[in-house]
This record gives sequence, C-alpha cells and structure tokens, in this order.
Amino acid sequence: MNNSHSRTREQFAEFWRRFRKNKSAVAGLLILVLLVGMALFADLIVPYARCVEQAGADRLQGPSAAHFFGTDEFGRDLFARVVHGSRYSLFIGVATSLMALAAGAVLGASAGYFGGMVDNVICRIVDVFMCVPPILLSLAVVAALGTSVRNLIVAITISCIPGNVRLIRSVVLTVAEQDYVEVARSYGASNARIIFRYVLPNAMGPIIVNTTMAISDMILSAAGLSFIGMGIQPPSPEWGALLSAAQTYIFTSPYLLVFPGLFIILSSLSFNLVGDGLTDALDPKLKD
Amino acid sequence: MYKYVAKRLLYMIPVLLGVAFLVFTILSLTPGDPGSIILGITAKPEDIAALNAEFGYDKPFFIRFFNYIGDVVLHFDLGNSYQSRQPVIHDIMARFPNTFLLTLISMSAASVIGISLGILSAVRQYTALDQTLVVVALIFASIPGFWLGLMLMLLFSMKLGILPSYGAGSLKALILPSITVCMTSAAGLLRLTRSAMLETVRQEYIRTARAKGASQKRIIWKHALRNALLPVVTTLGTSFGASLGGAIIAETVFAMPGMGTLITTAIRQKDIPVVMGATLFLAVLFSLIILIVDVLYAFIDPRIKAKYQNGGKRRE
Repeated sequence: MNNSHSRTREQFAEFWRRFRKNKSAVAGLLILVLLVGMALFADLIVPYARCVEQAGADRLQGPSAAHFFGTDEFGRDLFARVVHGSRYSLFIGVATSLMALAAGAVLGASAGYFGGMVDNVICRIVDVFMCVPPILLSLAVVAALGTSVRNLIVAITISCIPGNVRLIRSVVLTVAEQDYVEVARSYGASNARIIFRYVLPNAMGPIIVNTTMAISDMILSAAGLSFIGMGIQPPSPEWGALLSAAQTYIFTSPYLLVFPGLFIILSSLSFNLVGDGLTDALDPKLKD
Repeated sequence: MYKYVAKRLLYMIPVLLGVAFLVFTILSLTPGDPGSIILGITAKPEDIAALNAEFGYDKPFFIRFFNYIGDVVLHFDLGNSYQSRQPVIHDIMARFPNTFLLTLISMSAASVIGISLGILSAVRQYTALDQTLVVVALIFASIPGFWLGLMLMLLFSMKLGILPSYGAGSLKALILPSITVCMTSAAGLLRLTRSAMLETVRQEYIRTARAKGASQKRIIWKHALRNALLPVVTTLGTSFGASLGGAIIAETVFAMPGMGTLITTAIRQKDIPVVMGATLFLAVLFSLIILIVDVLYAFIDPRIKAKYQNGGKRRE
C-alpha cells in the first residue's frame, strides 16, 4: 500500500517535471487558475449588485476609472458583468465535457471491449449522430427543450458524445489487445472490473487530453449558441449573451464586444494550452 | 474497389434514415404546432386545426414520419415549407450555392495555410518559429468564429471601409465570412499536420533513408510528407463538416442567405419540412464527401488498397 502510494507520487513528480518544461502550458495553467479564482471569488472582486445596477445617465460609456470595461446600453458596469459571467462559461465547459466523457466512456468502452453486436449497434448510432453538424443538433435540442442553462448543457453534451464514443472505443480497442488484459481475464476478473480497473486507466492519456481540449470547444459552443439567442438569455451576464446584446452597438460602442470576447478566448485558450502540455507530458513515447 | 464503394453507398441508406428519424423526433418535441405558430395565438381554434390538417400535422407521430419518408423516397419530394408554402427544394437550391462556395473557399484556404505551416513547424521543431506557430494556432482555435467575424467586420467594414459587412452575391461579400471560417480550420490542420509529420519522422524507414545518406530535403518531401499527409487527408472530410458548422455561424453574423440561416430560422419557426430537407441534404453531402475521402485515401496508400482488394474489410 505504502509502496504503491509512493509510486503514484513519483509518477506525478515525473509528469509535473515534464509539464513544467512546456512554457506555454504553464502559462495556460496560470490563466486557468486566475479565471477559476475570478469565478469563485466574483463577489469579493465586485459585488453582484453592480451587475444589475442601472444608471441611466451612464449609458454606453467607454472604459474609465469608474467603469473599467465601460457600461452597456442600460448603464450597467461591464466589468462586473464579465467577472460574474465567468461562472457560466467555466461551469458549462467543465460540466458538459465531464458528462460527455462519462457517457462516451460507458458507450465507447462497451463497444470496444465487447465488440460484435454491441459494437455494431453503438457504432451505427454514432454514425447517425456524426452526420448532423453538432451546432445544428444542439440548436434543435434547445428548440425542443427550451432555452435555459440546464437545457443548453444537455444540448451541447449530446453533440459532444458521438466523438467521445469513437475516440474511447478506438483507444480501448488498442488497450484490450494488451497482454495484461489477457492475464486479468485468465484470473477470472469480471468484465466490468477489467474495463474499469485495467482498460480505462491505461487508456487515460489520450482521453484526458481530449477532455481538456473539449472543454475549450464546449465554451465556444455555449457562447455561440447564446450569441444566436439559443442559449443563456439576457439579462444573465453570460459572455455569449453579452456579445449578443452588444451586437446592436458594434459600430458605436465596440468595447462592449471586445471585453467579453477576450475573456471567452482566454478561458478557451487556457484549456487548449493545458491540453497541449498534457499531450506531451502524458505521452510515454516522448519519455526522455 | 467497386464492391467497397457500392457497399458504402448502401450503408448510407440506414444512416440517412437514422438521421431523418433523429431530427424528426427532436423537432416533434418542440412546443407548439405549425398551425398556431403561423396563424398566431389569436386565431380561431378551427382555423388552426384546419391548417394543421392541411399539413398532415393532425396525424400521429409515426404516421407523419412514414408519410414524409415515403414522399422523399418514392417521389423525391421534400415537401413544402409550412411558412412560404413553396417546395423546400427551391429554398435549398437558392441557398446552397452560397454555403457551398463559402465552405469551398475557406476549406481550400485552410488546407493550403494549415498544411504548409504545419510542415514548416514540424521541420523547424523546437525553434522560435515552431513555438510561435503552435501558440498562434492554439489562439486561433480558441477564438469563437462569430467574434472573429464581428471583429473583422469592425476593422474592414467600419474602420477601413473596404469590404461589405453583410449580404451575398459578390465575391467581395464572401471575403470576410471566408476568413472567419478558414482561420479555425487552418489552426486545426496546422496542429494535425505538425504532429503527423513529427510522428512520421520517428519511424524506422526515415532512419533507414537517413542511414542511406538521403538528403534532408529528400527525406522530408519524398519519405516523410507522403506518409504524414495520410491522416491529414482523412480528417479533411470531417473538417469539411466542421467548416459547414462554422459556415452556419458565419452566415448568421454576416446575414448571408445560406443553408445555416435557412435551417436556424426554420428551427425557430418549427418549419419541419425545411429543417428536415436541409438537414438531410447536408447529411447526404457530408456522407458522400467522407466516402470520396476514404476512396482517395485508398488510392494514396497502397497498403490500404491491398487490404480492400484482398479481404474487402472495412477500415477501422
């Protein structure tokens, strides 16, 4: 027990040493920590009241010392709205990716491990889903369920599952052929035990990288759907919704578009940079 | 080879039926019925019921679905739009060229930019150029397409005033939407080409070529590139689908009359025939493109060609 514990620590130290070498990945991690901090401590940075406070006289003011990012068409402070909006994007990005990962893991691992009929049925269904552009699928699902944070999460998760199933299936197929799986089977381990104890952990590398990168895509999808009015609705300060409202003032108050956009990019970029660093740090072939 | 293509074409039938069923089911779950959406809530219930009966919307779900499929398969009829009462195929034919042109231009540009910079990045691995390219690609992959579109509009239409910010019809109007769609795809292709090149360079046959004394140029262009491009070619098919998705967003931002705006408007209005027709049209197109890419792939890679000729098994 003690032995395996210290081995895990050793592995982590090795992983961290390799991750640290990648400067852009460390920068991504730093941005990510700052953004998560901003989301967690939003109320300490700027009280929520400032998001909703309307000052008629201060409509559409450019950035200033009083309003760092300026004010919107109702005189609300854009800085406060962007800070509080971080909660939506990060939460939606992480929640949808994890849910799509869970669904993808169950379906993909079953397809890859059992093969035959199970594989056939799952793959055919995935083929059907893959034929519809993800954004259209999400749009249709939102139209069917109605616009709300929960429904947006459902819609984006559904469009992300098929790709996950394919990836996890192919990774599992590779791992399932390994000798140690054969050995576990000869010991009489149950299918579920083999999948969760041996196959999935060994298939983890590409799956972790893919999930990290997927968070960034999910953030973009959520913002995009909110932007075209099929996601989170105003007055919620979600970044895509902020951009949607700001579109009307694009030529007169472009800063309304610039700031929320930059934060969407930063959050999406941080996950991409971290994912890129993980690719190298988790790839055993690159060990040196 | 012909057998393989025929098999794949046959396989498209159940997949497309699946797509039809999927979209039909989701659309049927959307609240409201076409009659009350078109006539408004103030209309008389009899009028609404009559209009629904005219559309065949009074029948149960499965009957409607099989009627629809029957019309499509037996009469090649995609039905009429609930809103305009015009045949859906007219809408598709009027708008598809815009979307297709946009996707084609941006995909071509993205392939040229992405693949060439990806090769450059891999060849110069660990140099400042490589690191810059990788980070720039990641940044572009993180920019929401619609935001990039809006910023381009702001810069080129408003500040510089050299390009139109909306509409379709002229090549000039296509420039900004194309850049919007192209950048995201190019970033993905750059990363993919780079990693495929680096993966290939580590192979034994490259070491052999090097040991034989082949020049660096010959190794890159003759041995590495041709093998590295294989995975890139396969993803070109799928990234066509992604570009189509990007085109949908770009059309919304630049108010272009294309398939994307057609479908998004129709989804909001619960115009089931339009959504179904347009989605099926895109699904057929997408399946055919994937098929063409897979066949091309077999032509480029003699190993795969041999596999088809011997066993005829599907590539996994």
